[in-house]
Amino acid sequence: MNLKLIGIATALTLCLAPLAASAHKTWLHPSGTVFSDTGAWMTVDAAVSNDLFYFNHVPLRLDGLQVTAPDGSRVAPQNSATGKYRSVFDLELTQQGTYKLAVVNHGMFAQYQLDGENKRWRGAPAEFKTGIPAAATDVEVSESLGSVETFATVGSPTRSVFKPSGKGIEMVPVTHPNDLYAGETATFQLLLDGKPAAGLEVEIIPGASRYRDQPEEIKAVTGADGNFQVKWPHAGMYWLETTSTDELTSLPEASKRRLSYVATLEVLPQ
Amino acid sequence: MRAIATAALLAMLVLPAALPAAELDISVEIPRLNVSEYHRPYVAMWLERPDHSVAANLAVWYDVEMKAGEGSKWLKDMRQWWRRSGRSTPMPVDGVSGATRPAGQHQLRFNDAKGPLKGLPPGKYELVIEAAREVGGREVVSVPITWPGSSPQQLKAKGTSELGQVRVSITP
Repeated sequence: MNLKLIGIATALTLCLAPLAASAHKTWLHPSGTVFSDTGAWMTVDAAVSNDLFYFNHVPLRLDGLQVTAPDGSRVAPQNSATGKYRSVFDLELTQQGTYKLAVVNHGMFAQYQLDGENKRWRGAPAEFKTGIPAAATDVEVSESLGSVETFATVGSPTRSVFKPSGKGIEMVPVTHPNDLYAGETATFQLLLDGKPAAGLEVEIIPGASRYRDQPEEIKAVTGADGNFQVKWPHAGMYWLETTSTDELTSLPEASKRRLSYVATLEVLPQ
Repeated sequence: MRAIATAALLAMLVLPAALPAAELDISVEIPRLNVSEYHRPYVAMWLERPDHSVAANLAVWYDVEMKAGEGSKWLKDMRQWWRRSGRSTPMPVDGVSGATRPAGQHQLRFNDAKGPLKGLPPGKYELVIEAAREVGGREVVSVPITWPGSSPQQLKAKGTSELGQVRVSITP
């Protein structure tokens, strides 16, 4: 593969990330997840990388960032910036309870032919009708729906932010994500369009991958009730991902739907 | 032996009002550490039931002097205490929370007539002591006890870094 081709391949991967099943890992990395007091600040890195949690590929754009406070209100991030390898933002935690931080992506991707040339288009579902020339032929459209999340709690963990929307893959914790400890087993439920998602494969990888030889990934599969379990081998930040494909698209033109869910979870020492 | 038992029984019958309340004495050493930047540790002490639920908070030493309650920012660093009860207990708590202590041996005395041990059902508990120090380490030392038990108990434990000698004495 010559350099130019590598460049094109990288660009293609970027277009699809985080929704294609690529080697790249998309994540939000919080400075902390457990806080004693309201008025605490957290800062978050957002990136797409090969390793966890290192900035070595591209930043994760914050266009789809939605921060939900314990009372259900939307919180605006502060000091947002996007650099070469990462995006960052700060949050002031003014309420007791659990916050959800999510970069939500709902997009359309199309390949088509125009005047004998291969073309690509990418955008929001609402833009699709005007996005592709009427003369286009061999149009192949896919829809992508994904969420990249992390959680933080001031004081006692609360559960209001886990109310499912019924769209795409969502995680409903049985064990609270800000109450995870080394040596213990956590249970989470995955929903697909609001219903328990059976048979979803989940991959969990501990951070600090630079300092060990093997990824040490943990695999899990959801049962009929959508539940899966993880026993945390040691303390640290963990990256969790699951993906799925189906034909339940929201646009009749789209033939395929790609779904993904990513979460960064902090496991504390006993 | 029998005579002693009889005497004890008599004493109990004769002097019920003078019976001392059951007592729990704790002696905790905060070791002197030779480190370039020393901060006094945050220390929490509590009694746990066998299922790890908290039966009584005995002491929480943290930086209560800082303006605007900023000392409570690091309460979460006493991770086990924070999980078991800290995060659902608004600080400060009268008679439980207090200022951090310097290196040395510290004595605490509780009885069943007042404070955190009042009304505590008899049974097996774990006395847990957790220390966390800014730019330092964290350590948890626990001592299984029977409260109040039928005879005096003398128990010992020792930390290796942030806590030193721990002595527990229970007088039923």
